[in-house]
Amino acid sequence: MIKDITIGQYFPGSSVIHRMDARVKIILTAVFIVMLFAADNIQGLAVGIAFTLIIFLVSKIPLRMMGKSLKPIIPLILITAILNIFFIRTGDVILHWKFIKITNEGVDTAVFMIVRILCLICGTSLLTYTTSPIDLTDAIERLLSPLKKIKLPVHELAMMMTIALRFIPTLIEETDKIMSAQKARGADMETGNLIQKAKALIPILIPLFVASFRHAEELALAMECRCYHGGEGRTRMKQLKMSMIDLWGALFSTLFLAGVITVNILT
Amino acid sequence: MAIIKTEDLTYIDGEGTPFRKVAVDNVNIEIEEGDMAGIIGHTGSGKSTLIQHFNGLLKPTCGSVYIDGERLWDDKAKLRPVRFKVGLVFQYPEYQLFEETVYKDIAYGPKNMGLDEKETDRRIKETARMVGLAPEVLDKSPFELSGGQKRRVAIAGVMAMEPKVLILDEPASGLDPKGREQILGLIKEYHEQTRNTVLLVSHSMEDIARNVDKILVMNASKLFCYDETAKVFHRSQELTDMGLSVPQVTRVFNRLKAMGVDLGEDIYTVKYAKNLLLKRLGGMQ
Repeated sequence: MIKDITIGQYFPGSSVIHRMDARVKIILTAVFIVMLFAADNIQGLAVGIAFTLIIFLVSKIPLRMMGKSLKPIIPLILITAILNIFFIRTGDVILHWKFIKITNEGVDTAVFMIVRILCLICGTSLLTYTTSPIDLTDAIERLLSPLKKIKLPVHELAMMMTIALRFIPTLIEETDKIMSAQKARGADMETGNLIQKAKALIPILIPLFVASFRHAEELALAMECRCYHGGEGRTRMKQLKMSMIDLWGALFSTLFLAGVITVNILT
Repeated sequence: MAIIKTEDLTYIDGEGTPFRKVAVDNVNIEIEEGDMAGIIGHTGSGKSTLIQHFNGLLKPTCGSVYIDGERLWDDKAKLRPVRFKVGLVFQYPEYQLFEETVYKDIAYGPKNMGLDEKETDRRIKETARMVGLAPEVLDKSPFELSGGQKRRVAIAGVMAMEPKVLILDEPASGLDPKGREQILGLIKEYHEQTRNTVLLVSHSMEDIARNVDKILVMNASKLFCYDETAKVFHRSQELTDMGLSVPQVTRVFNRLKAMGVDLGEDIYTVKYAKNLLLKRLGGMQ
């Protein structure tokens, strides 16, 4: 049902990766992406694959969760594969039929790209799997704080993200309730063509909009009552702290990045 | 024949997750046509889950629900007609209003039933009158009404389907005392006029005592009892033990009895108590 939707796919745990500082994790994710794109041959990519596998095993995230985040990108993988297979015309021809020409280089590139995308998604989704949304927004705020110098409202943006995340479950619950209430009045959401189905959504969307405005107003009032006045001079109850784990994590990732670059140069 | 009947009705919420909870546990009940019944129970005792089975919104994990002798969930296509037969007004129903005018919002249910303009119009006018909405309110936007008015519109929206059974989940919650009085009054009046079955979920024992003939008590997901009001409030000790209470006036008379002033049993409305006292005093003179 509607409750099964997971957004902010945090999977609580206590692995080394879970315990790492969110800021470090964000930076290392960027390092990871650079690593994958720096690899320009199979050997280099192999290092990237090894890294992905290691962090995946260390994080203790179940395989089925990973499968969930890979599912939506299947079309993307297919398109990449098709484009590469059919449009790379260099290399030895394997198959030639009418206007279709498939070369070995095309197939190689397609496989290479697919593996790279898979690694990319697995590795980066580990960030959201192992970091709670609140930690994540906190870390983003801290990382972006230098941009305050150029008058970017970093704190406000982070607060908006936090609030948005906080209200996802509330709104899902609200949607559930409104749907039940309209169903009790005979709403029919399953049958009919596309236009009828879209029309059937109106009795759900309007109360939902009204509800979100109500929530926003109530929240604003509650924040004001507690003297919220923006980011100026605010301290935190939970400080982000870096520890030895983070140092080791950073060292480990840098080592692999260096590995990829070395392999690139050597081959 | 019972209009609502359940057989070993069990509902498990969140099966297969860490949040698994037996919300309704093996409930067997028969509610007769024309009953005006209250449903009481502690928060989380399964009241709301139970009533959502009566109009086919929730599917029992096991057991069955019969409405008017017909077993629900045998044929999914037959669920929609059941929802017209068993009208369910959720808690804070004003949050489900969505149309531009009150008239159109009340028309939503009847339109879904496929009724023609004329019949829809008749039903809207009639229910509006029944819930005490002035005719000029019908052209207003539901969003510009007061809280109490909005609630009337929402209740009218369900009544307009002319269900054989009307179930209301805390219809008076969040209203001021006068608003409560009015809403409960109109529900009682609705029952007296139509003689349809009405189920009323409430936390207020006073409201229950004043308005219903029978009470269904849920305790820890199980059906504790379904009996006449007097008999239920007679078990005041058991009710107190499960975190519920009896009306204040009943408590007063129970205490008086304990102190040696026995004025009789089954006193649960102030009106009845007043008459009883007057009679006694009159007899003394």
